[in-house]
Amino acid sequence: MFNLNKEAKLAYTMLIPTISIVFLIILFPIFGNFWLSFKEVKLGDLRAPQPIIKEKLKTKDIEPGDDILIEYRFKNSSQKKPIFNIEITDKISEFISPVEIAEGCSVNNNLLSCYFEEWKPKYNEKIIFKFKANDNFEIDNFNPKESKPRGVADADNILTNLKFSLKNFQKILQKNETIENIKVTFLYSFFATIGALFLGISAALLLEKNFLGKGFFRGLFLFPFVSPVIAVAFTWVYILDPFKGFLNNYLLNNEFISEPIFFLGLKKVDFLGFDFPFTLFIVILFESWRYFPLAFLFILARLQAIPKDLYEASDIDGATRIQQFFYITLPQLLGVISLLFILRFIWNFNKFEDIFLLTGGNAGTRTLTVQVYDEAFALSNMGTASSVAVLIFILLAIFVFIHQKIAPKDIEE
Amino acid sequence: MTNNIYQFFFIYLYSIITLFLLAVIGDFVSISIFLSKNIFIYKNIFLYCFLYAICFFAIRIIITNQVSNIFIFIISLALSYFFLINKEINAYQLLIILSVFIAFNLLLQKYFTAKNFSNFLFEVSFLKFLKTNSLIFFSFIIIFPFYLMFVSSLKSQMVLLQNPTDLSIPFFYSISDFFSSYIAVITQYNFLNFALNSTIVSFVTVFVSLFFSIPGAYAVARLRFAGRSKISSSILIIYMVPAIVLVIPLYVIFSQLGFRNSLFSLMIVYPATTIPVALYMLQGYFKGIPYELEESALIDGCSRIGVILRITLPLSVPAILSVSLYVFMIAWNEFLFAFMFLDNQEYFTIPRGLYTQLDDQEVPRQYLMAGSVMITVPVLLLFFIFERYLVGGLTAGSVKG
Repeated sequence: MFNLNKEAKLAYTMLIPTISIVFLIILFPIFGNFWLSFKEVKLGDLRAPQPIIKEKLKTKDIEPGDDILIEYRFKNSSQKKPIFNIEITDKISEFISPVEIAEGCSVNNNLLSCYFEEWKPKYNEKIIFKFKANDNFEIDNFNPKESKPRGVADADNILTNLKFSLKNFQKILQKNETIENIKVTFLYSFFATIGALFLGISAALLLEKNFLGKGFFRGLFLFPFVSPVIAVAFTWVYILDPFKGFLNNYLLNNEFISEPIFFLGLKKVDFLGFDFPFTLFIVILFESWRYFPLAFLFILARLQAIPKDLYEASDIDGATRIQQFFYITLPQLLGVISLLFILRFIWNFNKFEDIFLLTGGNAGTRTLTVQVYDEAFALSNMGTASSVAVLIFILLAIFVFIHQKIAPKDIEE
Repeated sequence: MTNNIYQFFFIYLYSIITLFLLAVIGDFVSISIFLSKNIFIYKNIFLYCFLYAICFFAIRIIITNQVSNIFIFIISLALSYFFLINKEINAYQLLIILSVFIAFNLLLQKYFTAKNFSNFLFEVSFLKFLKTNSLIFFSFIIIFPFYLMFVSSLKSQMVLLQNPTDLSIPFFYSISDFFSSYIAVITQYNFLNFALNSTIVSFVTVFVSLFFSIPGAYAVARLRFAGRSKISSSILIIYMVPAIVLVIPLYVIFSQLGFRNSLFSLMIVYPATTIPVALYMLQGYFKGIPYELEESALIDGCSRIGVILRITLPLSVPAILSVSLYVFMIAWNEFLFAFMFLDNQEYFTIPRGLYTQLDDQEVPRQYLMAGSVMITVPVLLLFFIFERYLVGGLTAGSVKG
């Protein structure tokens, strides 16, 4: 009875704005990222080269009939790239007329216009233009700077031209740091996920049964997740501060330690004969602390959906609580846990702010996302930054593919 | 006999864990309430619990299967007195220890005075200890950073440097001293301007995000069209795209277009990143609304748009509320894009402002903490008011974090 065609048309009209904004801000930048990764773009290249023109009056005490010298200074803003087809326009005073002007320039209706074919990189020249003051010249009305000269030029834009190279990838793959960063990223994502899931399951089990104040605890347990990352990260940094921080001072006062521990600045600690990445461990603790609430919520929801007769039946069979947990609860939770694992893993893999705010990527905690930032803004190299981002994207595509294979369809609903 | 040894170690172990946990918390409480600098000596805990376990069993063996609280109380008191005269604990901590032991004793009695210390009883008591302790532990690790953030923001620079472990709320300050950090942050660091920017960006994000995602979600949930399942599954994939992959090209594009350094740039990016989440949450809810309601309205001659406006939307107010709240939180808390895009102080959002203005060794820490409190409080308040909706909404459609 409903017109299917009409319905589809309506659906498309409803979806088109959404899809287009997602395309524009998400899919197009992904494409742009790939594009940039094949180009050697520096941060400075983002500003296209352009002509810079300045004018200066060289003559003083002008009387009608005198020659007037105006110096124009032409400059190419770029140190490396030429600019082409430079067109310059400048309004000149109506009280003067041209006598001798540079080649390529002409004056029409008080409008000076010049055309140059090419300015080389670092081009910088001063040209003196000679004008003559007209008979009606009045010094008070004469101001050569009343209009700013304007220049337009074509330049080869590195962002849009079709030159590609693999140098960015070569550069980042040659760095030892990159391999180390991939390792750190995996360690971090994996253990932070495990930590968050472990805390999440424990917290969910605590609040499984109804008791007075359960709602309060459920709200409380979500605090770390809903609070702004910047506030909680700064608080942790403050607590862990080696000199002003609470924790170090507390431990010192209690004589647990004799000198302050640099919680966020110890790359390696010798632990039973092997190098234990201490700061990475602290960062993982922070991640687990901050993201367990999400796992907690999902697992709690799933826990409460487990049919109660399973427990009753096992009670009759004489199963203990621990047996019940391992043989009933855990298998029932397995689906949601595996889904959460892969989601959490991907999101941890993508995380930038948390590590950046805690350590800035120092002390052995530089993940790939932090490397992207460093390449782009510390080393001012947009090209290599994008190629690291491409690396992330490829690794991620593999995880998402795994997720699509693993994810049980019923839980997604 | 082996059974007794087994029990003994069990009691020893769990009294240590409980006492340790409570000692730390009790210690923190005592620092915060009594300003006490006399700190609990942790190494005594092991000795203490050992003696306690011995006493428990000694009495139990003497008076078969009956452990009197009075005995335990007397022994604990004696032990505590021993520590007290050695000036290792203060009276307040003594009180904590006694109350812990008595509560502990009551719990133990229930299970351990039974003739057979069976596996079942062991497990039940084990889980009970674990549960209580874990609840305390979880609450503690969550509350403590927030409490420290709050307390530090009230302190003066001198107090913070002199005694960093002081957790007390300085009630004896005058009102202007009490809030001095907040006043400084607002007047010296232009914080109200940041807050205004954040508020504008967040509200615009919520509005735009809903404006785009409601029709989209409805189409995906209800209408039949070619490619529906593909769109439905690609939404999930889209919100796994890392922000860091988007930020470099967007930086480049926005720089070229000339609106990088503006609130407008955030108002484009935030909705675009939240629309997939919002759409996913909403379509889950829309699917749950009985289709018969809409069908009957359609038969009665109402148009699709009419159905959406008159039936679907009014029915899904809770979902829309939870989505709005969630989107608001994302926009309010967002740091990466604000950090990359904004250069001028007048456009800073709170996270951006906090990072540049207050995260500096020169700036006193209490200002940073005051700023942190000011960015956290609105979110937590909103969260507490709408918690029920948010929890429902988050679990209805799985959600990004």
